[in-house]
This record gives sequence, C-alpha cells and structure tokens, in this order.
Amino acid sequence: MGIQSVRLYAEVAKRSFRRWSTYRAATIAGIFTNSIFGFIRASVLVAVVQARPGAGGLSVRGFVTFSVLTQAMMAYVGIFGDGDEISERVKTGDIVCDLYRPADFQLWWLSADVGRGAFQLLGRGVPILVVGALVYGLQAPASIGAIVLFAVSLSLALLIGFGVRFLMHLSAFWLFDTRGTKQLVDTVTMFASGALVPLSLFPTALGDAMRLLPFAGMVQTPADVFLGSVTGAEAVAQVALQLAWAAVLFGLGRLVMTSATRRVVIQGG
Amino acid sequence: MRVYRILAGARVRSDMQYRTSFALFTLSQFTITGLDFVAILIVFGKVPALAGWSLGEVAFLYGLGNFAFGMADLWVGSIEKVEQHIRVGTFDRLLLRPASPLVQVVADQFSLRRLGKVAEGALVFAIGCATAGIEWDAGRVLMTGLSVATGAAIFGAIWVFTSCVSFWWVEAREAQNAFTYGGGYLAQYPIGIYGSWLRRLLAYLVPIAFVNYFPAIYVLDRNDRLGMPAWIPFASPVVAAVATLAAAVMWRVAVRHYRSTGS
Repeated sequence: MGIQSVRLYAEVAKRSFRRWSTYRAATIAGIFTNSIFGFIRASVLVAVVQARPGAGGLSVRGFVTFSVLTQAMMAYVGIFGDGDEISERVKTGDIVCDLYRPADFQLWWLSADVGRGAFQLLGRGVPILVVGALVYGLQAPASIGAIVLFAVSLSLALLIGFGVRFLMHLSAFWLFDTRGTKQLVDTVTMFASGALVPLSLFPTALGDAMRLLPFAGMVQTPADVFLGSVTGAEAVAQVALQLAWAAVLFGLGRLVMTSATRRVVIQGG
Repeated sequence: MRVYRILAGARVRSDMQYRTSFALFTLSQFTITGLDFVAILIVFGKVPALAGWSLGEVAFLYGLGNFAFGMADLWVGSIEKVEQHIRVGTFDRLLLRPASPLVQVVADQFSLRRLGKVAEGALVFAIGCATAGIEWDAGRVLMTGLSVATGAAIFGAIWVFTSCVSFWWVEAREAQNAFTYGGGYLAQYPIGIYGSWLRRLLAYLVPIAFVNYFPAIYVLDRNDRLGMPAWIPFASPVVAAVATLAAAVMWRVAVRHYRSTGS
C-alpha cells in the first residue's frame, strides 16, 4: 500500500469522525442513557458481590468499574449497530458507487469505522467514564503495562467489532432485509461479549467456552486487561487471541465480499 | 379506538404476507427478551438470594414487570417512531387527518411480533406464580391481576411522556431509552439493590416501583417497603392514573409546540 492510499484512508477516517461529531444532542443523549444503564447494571453486580464476596474475582469497586467501562465501550465497538450504512446502501443500490471507486471496498469501510469508533470513544466513552468516576469512583488500571496492553486490546476490539458487523452487512447481498440478521448478531454479541453479565460470573465451562469466541474480544477482554483480572503472560495470550480473531474475521470478510460483489447486478438507472 | 383497530389491523395483515419472516421475528423477540432472564439465572448460579429475594420471588417480580412492559410495548411502543415523523416532516400529514395524531402514530407501526416479548414475560410470570411460594387468596389474585393492567398503563405513560422530548430536541431520542428500556430493566430486580438517588429518580419519580415492586411485596408477603408506609402496595392504580394524565397533558403541550421541518 503506497503513501497515497494511506493518505486516502486516513482522510476517510477523518471525515467519518467529523461527520459523527456533528450529532451533538444525540451524543449527549447517548452519554445519559449509557450512564443510567451502567448504574443499573453496577447495582445488580454489587448486590451479587455483597451476597457472595469474591464472586467473579472483583471487588465492589471493580464491578462498578466493569459496568461503567463496558457501557463506555459499547458504542465504540458498535454493539447495537453503526448506523447500518453498508447494508442500507446494498438495499438502495448505492453500493455500486463504492464498488467502482479506485479504493479497496473493505479498507474504505474499515477506515470509516475507525473514524466512527474514534469519535464514539472520545465523544461518548470518555464522558461516560468521567460521569462514572464522579458518581461512584472507579478503579484505576493496575500498572503502566496494563494501560499499554489495554490500549492494544481496545484497538483490537474495534477491529473485531467491525469484522462481525461487516459480515452482517454483507448478508444484505443475499437477504436484502438485514433486520433479522442484525437482531441475531446484536443478541449474540450482547450475551457472549460479557456486556450483559460478565463472563466471569458464568458457570465455569460456559464462561471458558465463551472466551474462545470472537465476541469476548469486543468487551470482556479489554475490561479484564484494564481491571487486572488477567495479567502477565495470560493477558498477552488473550490479546493475541483477539489479534487472531481480528485477522480471521478480516480474511472471512474479504472472502465473502468477493463472492458478494459477484452477485451485483446493475439494473440500469 | 376504531381508528386504532383499522390501522393496526392493516399493519397485521401486511405482516402476515411474510409468514416465515413474521414467525422468525416473533421467535427472536422471545429469545432476546429471554436472555435477560438467563442473566438472572446466571446470577442465581452464584448466589442463593439477591437482597433477600429467592429465585422464585425474583421470577415473579421479573415476570410481572416484563409482562406489563411487553403489553405497553405492544400497544404504544411504536410511539418512538414519532421522532422519524418529526424529522422527515410527515407529522404534518398526521395533524391534517381527522383522527388523534397519538393514535395514528402508535397504531401505524403496530407490530404483532412484539407478542414474542409478551409471551416471554407471561411465561416467566407463570413460573414465578408457581414457584414463589405464594399463599394465594382472593386479595392476592386480585392484586396480581390488577397489577398487570396498572403496570402496563404506567409503562405506556412513560413511553408517551418521554417520546415528547423529540418535539424539542429531535436528535435526543436515545435519552428516552434510559426511561423505557432502562425502566424495564430496572424493574427486573428488587428495588432495594439500587442506590438512593437511582431509586428516587427511576423508581419513584419515574414510577417504575409501582409497576411491580410494591404490588409484589404485598403478594409475596414481604416486608421490604424501603421506608414506605403500609398502604404503598395499594397506591399503584392512583399512580397509574396520575402518570397517564401527566402523559396526556405532556403530549398535548408537545403537539402544540410542534413546528414542521418545512421540507
């Protein structure tokens, strides 16, 4: 990839960031709603840990932090969607314009999603953390090493999120109406990522199985790294698993994209 | 009411044109809502009781709350779509027709697949009624039945009231979710686990606690009134009436405030 195309994709990401940043009232509403959900979820988890100290391996403050942090990451990784632009464009046929652009279709949309994610992280995620910290007080990361690894893990979470959503959108080439797939993907993600209940509270065998799936890499893994629930070699191994899933999903997306674009029939216009 | 029936009926007939899609959607609504109960089961895999409530008691509380929520969602949940009408400008059209714009909005997007949610709530409600160790008598049966109706009315009122935010601040629709879906979520657990300000905001001011918590402590013969007087379980019908009135007044003010996008 030459310097020209790097500049192109950076520009796509930048424009996408700017576009998302124009919806100010929507962002404020989102911060409010995510915060409320974070507080409700924190209350439930605190009740659990008070009934049984040591459950899930976190303190009261740890569980509060987990709830607020996962709410702060939700819009960023795109749980509950990303505006559904790709599948909408498949439905309307506008996707043709994207296909004859002299740029890679998948990288184009990945760049746009990086811009979207960056805004959701800074404009929505950070304020949610600040609100959580002011209201409840949050647990800080364990060490500098944990912060660095968290940053890596968080970046990979977006790549996995994009990988899953890209495949979901591509299903529009076959199904046209993606509401069903979207609902299915949202549900599985919500449950298997640890966003609904932390995977550490699942029955051991089920929780361990969930950790092998890509969804854990969208929420649970970054949160674990942040809170120091996993450290050292184990933490690096989990982040490596995230990297592997990000790569697999990217490859899978490419494969499906190739066969999807073969299906495109331009009906004139 | 007649307008509602005609519009909703048309919607149902159009849904029935795609039977497979309808069945799948309904089933997935059932499953998605059911995951919240799976979450409760997971929690109870770790603890024998939550804030002193057993699994059966929480199932009763959850079932009552979700059943009422599902009913409200089925009948008036489409009110969220008023934001789209305002944004696109089609709300003008609703105002011109000789029928209540409120009825038009909620009936136009009527969707029978929401029965999936109602069914999930009803199922857990039945499980809760059977396993919570309730000593049924006439009073408790009456209270339980009445609570479904008052609970649905309270949730419906919250839906209509909060949808009005779109008339002033069209982009901020998501804030409504904190009260509707957030309220539904809050109602799944005993109110006692929430901190005092969260309880005051979402359980008393937004009167979620009157949907299922206070009726449930009467039916389950529990004593955790959280410092409230002894008559509090019987206050739900009054709260439902006040909430409905407040929603009606709010809606009227909002519609009067409406200014078309002009495009």
